Amino acid sequence: MATVKFDEASRIYPGNDKPSVDRLNIDIADGEFLVLVGPSGCGKSTSLRMLAGLEEVNDGKIWIGDRDVTNLSPKDRDVAMVFQNYALYPHMTVADNMGFALKIAGVEKSEIRKRVEEAAKILDLEPYLERKPKALSGGQRQRVAMGRAIVRSPQVFLMDEPLSNLDAKLRVQTRTQIASLQRRLGVTTVYVTHDQIEAMTMGDRVAVLKDGILQQCDTPRHMYDRPNNVFVAGFIGSPAMNLLEVKVVDGGVRLGNGTYPVGRDHLKEASGDSVTMGVRPEDLTLTSAGQGIPVVVDVVEELGADAYIYGTASDAKQHQDVDESGADLPERPFIARVDGRRPPQKGETVYLAPKEGHVHMFDSESGKRLGD
Amino acid sequence: MALEITAVRPDPALLDLPWALPLEHWPEEVLAALPRGISRHVVRFVRLSHRVLAVKEIKGDIAVREYHLLRNLGRLDLPCVEPFAVVRGRLDRAGEPLDACLVTRHLQFSLPYRALFSQTLRPGTAKRLIDALAVLLVRLHLAGFWWGDVSLSNTLFRRDAGAFSAYLVDAETGELHQRLTDGQREHDLDIARVNIAGELMDLEAGGLLEDSGDPVETSNRIVTRYGELWEELTALERFEGGDRWRVDARIRRLNELGFDVGELAISTDLDGTQIQIQPKVVDAGHHSRRLLRLTGLDVEENQARRLLNDLDSYRASQDRQNDDEELVAHDWLTSVYEPVTRAVPRELHGKLEPAEVFHEVLEHRWYLSERAGHDVPIEDAIADYVRTVLPGKPDEAAVLGVDTVEMPVVAMFPDGGAGP
Repeated sequence: MATVKFDEASRIYPGNDKPSVDRLNIDIADGEFLVLVGPSGCGKSTSLRMLAGLEEVNDGKIWIGDRDVTNLSPKDRDVAMVFQNYALYPHMTVADNMGFALKIAGVEKSEIRKRVEEAAKILDLEPYLERKPKALSGGQRQRVAMGRAIVRSPQVFLMDEPLSNLDAKLRVQTRTQIASLQRRLGVTTVYVTHDQIEAMTMGDRVAVLKDGILQQCDTPRHMYDRPNNVFVAGFIGSPAMNLLEVKVVDGGVRLGNGTYPVGRDHLKEASGDSVTMGVRPEDLTLTSAGQGIPVVVDVVEELGADAYIYGTASDAKQHQDVDESGADLPERPFIARVDGRRPPQKGETVYLAPKEGHVHMFDSESGKRLGD
Repeated sequence: MALEITAVRPDPALLDLPWALPLEHWPEEVLAALPRGISRHVVRFVRLSHRVLAVKEIKGDIAVREYHLLRNLGRLDLPCVEPFAVVRGRLDRAGEPLDACLVTRHLQFSLPYRALFSQTLRPGTAKRLIDALAVLLVRLHLAGFWWGDVSLSNTLFRRDAGAFSAYLVDAETGELHQRLTDGQREHDLDIARVNIAGELMDLEAGGLLEDSGDPVETSNRIVTRYGELWEELTALERFEGGDRWRVDARIRRLNELGFDVGELAISTDLDGTQIQIQPKVVDAGHHSRRLLRLTGLDVEENQARRLLNDLDSYRASQDRQNDDEELVAHDWLTSVYEPVTRAVPRELHGKLEPAEVFHEVLEHRWYLSERAGHDVPIEDAIADYVRTVLPGKPDEAAVLGVDTVEMPVVAMFPDGGAGP
């Protein structure tokens, strides 16, 4: 087991002028489960591969424990890429399927047996060790494959979108299994996904990347409650946070016909006369006509206890998202969570106001968080 | 959602396959072989318009990705299976979505490694398979392809004048880069070594591996063979200005390994006393390209080498060294090669590819001549080979296999005669 440190680590592909990973700094604690997440092209896989030794580090360093591994070959780093291959060999017992790679590495027979038994215990495979893979269920086979990585007892597990080829149901199941297994093993793990829900449910900490730059590295809770910038605010959370461009006025910001009170401290650093205000769908309440933000309901999604309304905030200017090339993305709907027993109807205009103290303010130009 | 088929040359008959059924429930009558064993994905072989196709059920985005990756590898002239189609938008009878399917053409006369080990083997088969895989891996790496799951089971083998040539079957984990880093190459090699050892240990556990040595030791061969080949193909070589013959020697060595040099960088130091050379572009298929140019025959590299050697001896024996090479090649084709391959009766066509038959007949003639103590005419050698050797060989036109366990063939090409 070991800590992992990205120290100003950069990767520039030949022929590119912009780095794919730009001066990445992350300190990963011993035994921590860190998830790298972000949209495609953000540099998350490249970062993982730099740690694995598959991508060169053009600048900066990478440490595993107190070893500088920046220039070590993949097999000398003592890391295991999990799930990249899970072929099972039909004539070999479950125990041999789990332990054969140790034999190749020249580990003693008794030591192999010991490690296989320990892994089998953790994976609930003890009764099956002498059986052939054919006799196992699908889930058990997958655990045998996992066992292959565990018995190597590497310092770090690396997982690159391991669930991407599973169907939705199995993905949720396996996600829970991996997370709980990692906690039982206590092996430092770096996990890559494009799915923010996967990231938030699995990671001890989540690192959000965009355009090769680390946006924020935090616990899921803290990241949700206090996103560092507009990108993280819009990326983390499902349904997504509403982001509005609002005018700064005396005592707060202009919202609909009224003023939403915001402390001076929050707004004094703003670079323009408007700011980006973020409100999560669950932090909005229905209010009476003329107050709050008028929203025309387009879709009502009923989930039983709650309902989500998706609508158009005609009066308010929505924050404009852009794709990797800087082109405008389609406008997001305005989303609010309401009581599932009396949801508004499609076509209706509702008035929504943020709950006191539940808004996030961002600078409209830099996107950075303002105040607390 | 409507069924959506992506294909270069779509075959309308594709629509007749039972896409509304999960692949594992496809009825036997559409299958070309019975499934057996365990594999990562459901894979089935089907017959369609006199072709055998492999159908793999995977998620749509992964299927599309692999389809395009295989097409790009094909464009780069790398040996791999040919993608045929991606079928998306499948719904079962209850209207529930089903995973997409990637359809590839079955590579005729190719053999999964397990099929090779279930036959009576010449000693050293494992080694020759690994040698073929090393060549494939080097070629893929030179082109910037990182495989990610190198193994014997993700490879198909074709006989190649007593050796084998290897084809990539599964590109699911692969990535095409401009250039691979040393780390990526090493990682692929490490995966290859572990997988090969696992596969050989499995054969051993199944009693299929007879005294082929220690699996771990055998698997190390991929590392050494790959390393030797990579070094010869890419290394920088320095020598004194007077040793210019070494440029030619390097090119000859590369040709001997089956590679043409497309670009060789030559530079000298400031005063010109030292020369350094490094191949920048090398293309596999030195002999097969030459044979194709001379005769139109499209065969594997070692087969081509063998055929070219025979062409050379023909030229010498006919005393035609001064004749135009193309003309001699044409005569050799009609008077030597074709009579041999045509002598194989139709019902034995599914045994071996023509070029491999030719190679075996030449070998057979050598044995007969040795036994007789004098030269045996080629006609006698063919007759004896077709009577005594060929009928005892397994049918190899369409041996179908998936991931880990081969499948017995239950239906065959109508013209192949290779059925059970």
